[in-house]
Amino acid sequence: MTTLPQSTDKKLGLVIDLDTCVGCHACVISCKGWNTENYGAPLADEDAYGANPVGSFLNRVHSYEVQPDDGAAQLIHFPKSCLHCEDAPCVTVCPTGASYKRVEDGIVLVNESDCIGCGLCAWACPYGAREMDPVEKVMKKCTLCVDRIYNENLPEVDRVPSCVRTCPAGARHFGDLGDPNSDVSQLVADRGGVDLMPEQGTKPVNKYLPPRPKDALPEFDVLAPFLEPVIKEPKGFLDWLDKALEKI
Amino acid sequence: MPKDQPVIDLSPKVSDEVRKTTCYMCACRCGINVHLKGGKVAYIEGNRDHPVNQGVLCAKGSAGIMQHNAPSRLKAPLKRVGPRGSGEFEEISWEEAYDIAESWLRPIREDNPEKLAFFTGRDQSQSFTSFWAQGFGTPNYAAHGGFCSVNMAAAGIYTMGGAFWEFGQPDWDHTKLFMLFGVAEDHDSNPIKMGIGKIKGRGARVIGVNPIRSGYNAVADDWVGITPGTDGLFILAMIHCLMKAGKIDLHYLAQYTDAPVLLNSDPKSPEYGLYMRDENGKQLVIDRTTGKLTAFDQPGVKPDLSGTHRAKGITHRPVFHQMADMYLSDDYAPEAVADRCGIPANRIRAIAAELARVAFDEAFELDHAWTDFRGEKHDTMIGRPVSFHAMRGISAHANGFQTCRALHTLQILLGTVEVPGGFRFKPPYPKPATAHPKPHIGMTPGGPLNGPHLGFVHGPEDLALKEDGTPARIDKAFTWDNPMSAHGLMHMVISNAHAGDPYKIDTLFMYMANMSWNSSMNTGGVMEMLTDKDENGDYVIPHIIYSDAYSSEMVAYSDLILPDTTYLERHDCISLLDRPICEADAAADAIRWPVVEPDRNVKGFQSALCDLGARLGLPGFVNDDGSQKYADYADYIVNHERRPGIGPLAGWRMGETGLQDGRGAPNEGQLDQYIKNGGFFVSHIPDGANYYKPWNKAYQGWAVEMGIYDSPQPYLFTMYVEPMRKFQLAAEGHGDRQPPDHLRERIKATMSPLPIWYETDQQGNDGFTVNALTQRPMAMYHSWGSQNAWLRQLHGRNPLYVPTKLMRENGLSDGDWARVSSPHGEITVPVMEMAALNDNTVWTWNAIGKRKGAWALDEDAPEATKGFLLNHLIHELLPPKGDGLRWANSDPITGQAAWFDLKVRLEKVAAPKESRPEYPPIKSPVGKGPENLTWKVGK
Amino acid sequence: MHPAPSVIFFSTFSGLGFGLLMFLGLGIPAVTGWMAFAFFAIAFVLAVGGLVSSTFHLGHPERALKAFSQWRSSWLSREGVCAVAALVLMGLYGAGLVFFSQQWTLLGWLGALFSLGTVFTTSMIYTQLKTVPRWNQVWTPLNFLSLSIAGGALLAGQITWAIILLILSGVIQAAAWLMGDSRFSQSGTTLATATQLGDRGTVRAFEPPHTGTNYLLREFVHVVGRKHAQKLRIIALVLMAGLPVVLLALLPFNHFIALIAIVAHIAGVLTARWLFFAEAEHVIGLYYGKR
Ligand SMILES: Nc1nc2c(c(=O)[nH]1)N[C@H]1C(S)=C(S)[C@@H](COP(=O)(O)OP(=O)(O)OC[C@H]3O[C@@H](n4cnc5c(=O)[nH]c(N)nc54)[C@H](O)[C@@H]3O)O[C@H]1N2
Ligand SMILES: Nc1nc2c(c(=O)[nH]1)N[C@H]1C(S)=C(S)[C@@H](COP(=O)(O)OP(=O)(O)OC[C@H]3O[C@@H](n4cnc5c(=O)[nH]c(N)nc54)[C@H](O)[C@@H]3O)O[C@H]1N2
Ligand code: SF4
Ligand code: SF4
Ligand code: SF4
Ligand code: SF4
Ligand code: SF4
Ligand SMILES: [Mo]
Repeated sequence: MTTLPQSTDKKLGLVIDLDTCVGCHACVISCKGWNTENYGAPLADEDAYGANPVGSFLNRVHSYEVQPDDGAAQLIHFPKSCLHCEDAPCVTVCPTGASYKRVEDGIVLVNESDCIGCGLCAWACPYGAREMDPVEKVMKKCTLCVDRIYNENLPEVDRVPSCVRTCPAGARHFGDLGDPNSDVSQLVADRGGVDLMPEQGTKPVNKYLPPRPKDALPEFDVLAPFLEPVIKEPKGFLDWLDKALEKI
Repeated sequence: MPKDQPVIDLSPKVSDEVRKTTCYMCACRCGINVHLKGGKVAYIEGNRDHPVNQGVLCAKGSAGIMQHNAPSRLKAPLKRVGPRGSGEFEEISWEEAYDIAESWLRPIREDNPEKLAFFTGRDQSQSFTSFWAQGFGTPNYAAHGGFCSVNMAAAGIYTMGGAFWEFGQPDWDHTKLFMLFGVAEDHDSNPIKMGIGKIKGRGARVIGVNPIRSGYNAVADDWVGITPGTDGLFILAMIHCLMKAGKIDLHYLAQYTDAPVLLNSDPKSPEYGLYMRDENGKQLVIDRTTGKLTAFDQPGVKPDLSGTHRAKGITHRPVFHQMADMYLSDDYAPEAVADRCGIPANRIRAIAAELARVAFDEAFELDHAWTDFRGEKHDTMIGRPVSFHAMRGISAHANGFQTCRALHTLQILLGTVEVPGGFRFKPPYPKPATAHPKPHIGMTPGGPLNGPHLGFVHGPEDLALKEDGTPARIDKAFTWDNPMSAHGLMHMVISNAHAGDPYKIDTLFMYMANMSWNSSMNTGGVMEMLTDKDENGDYVIPHIIYSDAYSSEMVAYSDLILPDTTYLERHDCISLLDRPICEADAAADAIRWPVVEPDRNVKGFQSALCDLGARLGLPGFVNDDGSQKYADYADYIVNHERRPGIGPLAGWRMGETGLQDGRGAPNEGQLDQYIKNGGFFVSHIPDGANYYKPWNKAYQGWAVEMGIYDSPQPYLFTMYVEPMRKFQLAAEGHGDRQPPDHLRERIKATMSPLPIWYETDQQGNDGFTVNALTQRPMAMYHSWGSQNAWLRQLHGRNPLYVPTKLMRENGLSDGDWARVSSPHGEITVPVMEMAALNDNTVWTWNAIGKRKGAWALDEDAPEATKGFLLNHLIHELLPPKGDGLRWANSDPITGQAAWFDLKVRLEKVAAPKESRPEYPPIKSPVGKGPENLTWKVGK
Repeated sequence: MHPAPSVIFFSTFSGLGFGLLMFLGLGIPAVTGWMAFAFFAIAFVLAVGGLVSSTFHLGHPERALKAFSQWRSSWLSREGVCAVAALVLMGLYGAGLVFFSQQWTLLGWLGALFSLGTVFTTSMIYTQLKTVPRWNQVWTPLNFLSLSIAGGALLAGQITWAIILLILSGVIQAAAWLMGDSRFSQSGTTLATATQLGDRGTVRAFEPPHTGTNYLLREFVHVVGRKHAQKLRIIALVLMAGLPVVLLALLPFNHFIALIAIVAHIAGVLTARWLFFAEAEHVIGLYYGKR
């Protein structure tokens, strides 16, 4: 069903902390591992050991350099998977109904057995969140690990997306962004979480927490009191030492 | 659910069974849950209960399934049939492989055991492999530490009885300022990421000191893009500022360090610069309460940092006086170092001030009462929430040992080692250098070596020199060239063996080290040395035995291959006798066990050593009747006792009344207990014992109980390393064991017992002005990752990252190629611009470049056609200085390979077809991988 | 965007085919019998051939029927529905003309409407994509429709109409290009909005997420040199409109000349369609530092 639901009961999604992501790609590979073995066809790799390997991945980590007007350039690692948009253009363009947004939780999914592999949904997604599987020729995208988050065969703590469970830096958070009191919504509120490409009108559910200001250590003048010399001359040091020792 | 929404299975079965073992996609040793379906590995995730990773897993760990199933896996023992380096082999039986090995090794052992050089690489069973080598009787054993990070390990142990590396960690729960020097990834991969995540979550500040701003340094709040090789200066300048401002922890220095220990200060004395000791050899201090000379450890002593003492006409001054003399000098003022470090003087001051602010203004107390080794009771533990971590960025330089020591000295001056909020040791550390063995070289043909190979020297008398003063070891470890080479010098083995200097060997036996490629300096030269023949047409290095699990470059250069299993198919033990998985709060060890059975004719290398050891009749590997003692490695793990009651694993040992931890007799059910517990054992250090460990009675008692020490070992931190002074004294002409003349000046200059900085700039490098570095990619482990279908898509080739300024100067833009040359050689490689990089530094990812034909990859794989190694530019020797000598490209104190001293020059060239140098393909002994992968073991 | 031959052929030929069908549906030219058969055959070959070629880029053409289900929301589905409706209607209408010499006018008009509708829905598949700003403008449907109608007129042998429509479609084509050139910057989507890092400085894409390529880069990132594009635009315009108009307006009509005009037109439209894809930049390229 490619018309979007009027509203969803929940807005499950990810919050990604660009302040702590170290760019380790753990989430990328964990996602690949889980989703190769689980939902739908395995994520295939073409020319796997050859000159031009191309596999389908549901999550990729970019990196960007930011050059401030003054000060050193910064590097920001930038993970990106489907943002489970509220106004998901990928869904409405789909001719077969294979792409849909779940009413219960807002997860955007592809029903692979209905997918004709036309690729249009990937054209419609501004974020590059969909990839055609090179072997199965169906559209692949982040499932928000729908087969984990409700999975009764997993212990309750593990009912989170694979990428969230694995992220060593704790840069990925999962929860209901429709509930203003959820941990993730609080985090977004506290840290000023943002939407990517808001002008595209997709209303992404996933939010990004911007990096904290960098290179903001106060200038020495401010910190100078902490280094107030106790001596004028190197020779004076031992006198000072003696006095200081008396006090302890 | 809306009616036109498809029905999906929200609770699919995840697996038939979960088996818990230990990851080995790198040396971090995280706990993993291996999900099996139909007996096959279906999915790997982190083990939430595991002390190391607490559930998280890195990219490599999650990709283990692709490693385990890699087409590059060796299938059976191999005998070389073509010339060395060709890759032509024939598969043989294990029986034949053992026969061949025995036919080479038995005569050596009976005749001259030093003709065997046994070196191991990415190994986690060093206590076992060294035990084997000791039984064999050769002095020529070491692991890879010498080219890896011995500077870090040795500097830590000599200075404070433990190092960063994986032997300690910041107090992630309390630290408020974390300063990181020269780390891209480190061994503690997941814990560091978890720690950074944790402290950033608290809003604590992270300062990254690194010429390159990626990874951890990218998330650091403040970045110091230092000029490579100058960290020592930067640190000493901060020490200068802190001392001048009195922002040092005088109480800590007086009580727990050698700052108050008296030194002979008479330049004319043959003991000038040595500690003053009592008749028991204990360091002497002046007690501030009594004003009397006393041993440092006496009850109630309050050592004086300032008083001097005169005896027998010789003035003795505390170490701290000498430190004040040295570091208060203007030579260490920020202004004096700023240009060389590339850090403005006020930035140095600001960082020093911030260290002072957090250490002293944000000091706090934990409510843990404790008693120190002098018997003094403390109601609380004072915390100084400043912590540091460092790794190869400071250690892989020829001044690395002193730089690492400078950093430890800074930590100690701030009073932030082993205190809440600071840096903390992980058991079996703390352990002073004096509690480690010394190197042994005593050989008996047909018999074992007289003790462990490696260790810590405490003066010229401990050097590994033969009667005639020549090196006893093939790698020349523990000689005047590098007296404190605690981990040996694996990177010198092949070139020394090839040169027959100090002597010729017969068999080179290696394990898990890709020495013909990424772990060698001068890779092209090494390949020539390995294939070089003498006048009789025989190989100069007659026999090479090698154990690998995959079709690596080194396989092609060996004569006999003992194919290992993968990490999911074998027993391993990550032992307290070795490099365990401990945390600062706990002792812990772990195992690997065959969660799946091998589907081919391979064998765990350690099990093969049990077989081979028995065949050769090595002590420890045969019973009294000559029969094989350990059926396999599992048998050894359970039943071997290093000392009575102490075995490879500390958990679930057999006591008088039942199972107990630490000490105890072997327990046949031990491995099952480990498996039941998730593959590991952990024993928590009680509250009140878990800080101030070197001086804390409760900790020392606990460590004895656990079998970590045999008796309490409290000690003082030694900012002043007396053994170094002993080497200087020898160089000054004192004592019987004298260095060769050409080394005297260097020993005097570099082996300062207090940390110093000296220029590593390589003479003969005129015109090569750009620093060239490598970094570990977080998603790749050295050479292994490229055979992994998932990981190789992330790093299938490696550009040379060039700072914006050098891009402009050389007219380069992304996609262009450059010729990069050093005094030793040249490579032609693709470049990519990077702005967040020191202006005069280029770098690339380590070990992505591959030899064509290796790793079961296509010959036109990008790893081989566009990837490259910087190693071609790095020689194991420095360029000639015109003195007729060739000096090693390593730290003059420890012999650590100085990878990061490399200096190069760039020029733009037309894009060649492939990166250069090009080498002909090697034949793959395992064939090639399949075209497409659709990996799914469940239906 | 990657200029996939199947899609270029599809849109060019089905556009022509449906253009011709539209004229036939309106009874222009008023043909019956064998003449009608010939015209309808040409129209169906073009329209159906185009449609068939479009399935070449489907991963699962065997499931193509499913594509008719989502006409309520999906332009691609609507295109399918329209195309089938047009073909059925025009098939019946054509059968009337060929076999019964009957002109069922209402059927023809409906068929013509759906034929145009097909071209329009095709164009809307592209036009709707905010992610490809160059396409996301009214000139896209105008461009598709005008070319289809002009081509139809040409094939229908309506010389005067053809001349006028060709000139019009050429002007629209030029407008679509010129207006399209600034669409990306007008869209407001930049690397800064894509990353939301713009407030701290100039953002530059550094390392892509992997060293090889991926589906997205293959599908969406295709860089044509600017000079190259300008040259091709001129060639396309000359071929699709200029040359046919000159041939038809200035030379005495004969079938050979008409054939040359048609071939030139088709070549021109193919070139323009190649450019339509090759020049279009998807916002995804921003994330990869490539457009
Ligand atoms: N330019 C440059 N060069 C460097 C460095 C640098 O920073 N820059 N770093 C240096 C350092 S610190 C190190 S430690 C070295 C590392 O270099 P190496 O020690 O050579 O490490 P690896 O490339 O991991 O190769 C180890 C070998 O072990 C094999 N192996 C993998 N798993 C198994 C197994 O289960 N069993 C067996 N038997 N073998 C296995 C692999 O196939 C591979 O051939 O590189 C050094 N080289
Ligand atoms: N993923 C992954 N993890 C690994 C490994 C791996 O191959 N892959 N290898 C393991 C091994 S064997 C080792 S030894 C460890 C090594 O772990 P690291 O010490 O993190 O090793 P490198 O990647 O060599 O990083 C060296 C860092 O020092 C910086 N550097 C170089 N010179 C200087 C300098 O003069 N000053 C400062 N401040 N910084 C400098 C470099 O920019 C780089 O960031 O990693 C281990 N962990
Ligand atoms: S796992 Fe976490 S830290 Fe690593 S790349 Fe993904 S989000 Fe970043
Ligand atoms: S991110 Fe892309 S694929 Fe995901 S819902 Fe939004 S538009 Fe669709
Ligand atoms: S590729 Fe599949 S999911 Fe995407 S639009 Fe086409 S049919 Fe729908
Ligand atoms: S939520 Fe699941 S599917 Fe989505 S990126 Fe994370 S691991 Fe992949
Ligand atoms: S850091 Fe990664 S590769 Fe290393 S042991 Fe842990 S999970 Fe395995
Ligand atoms: Mo290493």
